[in-house]
Amino acid sequence: MSLLRNLGIWVLSGLQKLGRANLFLFHVVAGFPGLLLRFRLLIAQMYALGVLSILLIGVSGLFVGMVLGLQGYNVLTDFDAEQTLGVLVAASLVRELGPVVTALLFAGRAGSALTAEIGLMKATEQLSGMEMMAVDPFKRVVAPRFLAGLLSMPLLAALFSMVGVMGGYFVGVGLLGVDEGAFWGQMEAKIDFEEDIVNGVIKSVVFGLIVTWIAVFEGYDAIPTAEGVSRATTRSVVYSAFAVLGSDFVLTALMLRGDS
Amino acid sequence: MMASRPDPEILVSIRNLTFSRGERKIFDDVDLDIRRGKITAIMGPSGTGKTTLLKLIGGQLRPERGVIVFDGKNVHALGLRELYALRRRMGMLFQTGALLTDLNVFENVAFPIREHTRLPEAMVRTLVLMKLQAVGLRGARDLMPGQLSGGMARRVALARAIALDPTMIMYDEPFTGQDPISLGVLVKLIRDLNRSLGLTSVLVSHDVHETISIADYVYLISEGKVVGQGTPEDMDHSASGYVGQFIHGLADGPVPFHYPTGVDYATDLFGDALAQAGKGTAS
Repeated sequence: MSLLRNLGIWVLSGLQKLGRANLFLFHVVAGFPGLLLRFRLLIAQMYALGVLSILLIGVSGLFVGMVLGLQGYNVLTDFDAEQTLGVLVAASLVRELGPVVTALLFAGRAGSALTAEIGLMKATEQLSGMEMMAVDPFKRVVAPRFLAGLLSMPLLAALFSMVGVMGGYFVGVGLLGVDEGAFWGQMEAKIDFEEDIVNGVIKSVVFGLIVTWIAVFEGYDAIPTAEGVSRATTRSVVYSAFAVLGSDFVLTALMLRGDS
Repeated sequence: MMASRPDPEILVSIRNLTFSRGERKIFDDVDLDIRRGKITAIMGPSGTGKTTLLKLIGGQLRPERGVIVFDGKNVHALGLRELYALRRRMGMLFQTGALLTDLNVFENVAFPIREHTRLPEAMVRTLVLMKLQAVGLRGARDLMPGQLSGGMARRVALARAIALDPTMIMYDEPFTGQDPISLGVLVKLIRDLNRSLGLTSVLVSHDVHETISIADYVYLISEGKVVGQGTPEDMDHSASGYVGQFIHGLADGPVPFHYPTGVDYATDLFGDALAQAGKGTAS
């Protein structure tokens, strides 16, 4: 009986939180027009979230691409098909690894920072203080961070894929001796702009929305104590990971169905 | 409604205010008046919801019942835009200062000016320096909030609170955790600003000595009720046992020294049998 009750409580509080998160999103989107007047805030956040993530994303992309080159070559040589290595590397990156791994790294690097920053601003009464100064924290604090995350994610995912392809090229062509012309030529022939690249971009936009939304909401919804903020930060990363991987499956299923 | 009776002397009038957090009643049918141009102190033990009261006046929280009227306007009947317009006329000094940690002192004070006006940069600079001069921190304009002591942070927050020349300013525990010198500075600032700027001040505190020394009128709140009110002299000579205990800081009185328990001391220490035996020998 008490198990049932706890399940009920859990479901209800979960639904409540989802409702709060949706209202929150409306509030934030309503704050977007005001950003035209405060363009500098947006630029500052783009720098903090996007530019400062470039090193992490770039290095990770390079290594992922290099590993893909090694592993792919290993399998493809068994079928004498190592010329298609470029296709394998590019398709994996553009379709899946670029958006997904970037989103996971972005959640760890930028999402957690967003949650902690907003949570601490709440804990130190900075948000409350703004409200009392008749400044809407949604417009001043949340909206620029949200939009900056939304814009940064696809750019970072594109960077990840690009650097990854370079990594695959270094390993495949440079180390393992795959023919350079075949590597690029096959890639150019087989990678489709709409089915691969556009779909990858759609994924990265959706993941950007999910990760940033979770991050700013968890920060804003955090219990305003040291412990509350630390838990919100953990939740932010964990929920982002679940939501990204889960929605990746749904998006992939939808996109592949369009293929056949 | 009682609150609609206009009295030009009264800036904020609170009638029948009731507010709960979960099961606990923070305010139970409270009536308060804040007079124009005066310093009104609201005192009470920790956890009586004094900060909550300020947030209710500022419209950040909604009362369950009752009305709060600020200068003829019912705070909780206003739309968001009107509420924001009203808040520009209130300054609030938070306990922690609530300075924006990513901006330096100058930018913190300039923040409300920049957000609400389109003044040229030179004018903003003049205004900010005037406000900083008023709290004695013109020299600290380039410091970051992390480099300030607690007392200095509160003074910067005070400069920021008066940046838009509000009608009323609310102080949330301004004296807590201050050394004697910054305490003296804050007491002097609150009194002087109230006089020189023609402000109305609401001061929430449990530091009896400092508060009594500057307040014009004192409300004492405990367990959700106003248990005493009057001028500082009235409070000092109050016949009420509770007011006396609070004002003079006595350890025992109507508020007992011991947190209530259901079990008497001997039983708690030695268990039933021994306590019975003890009683046996004693009788």
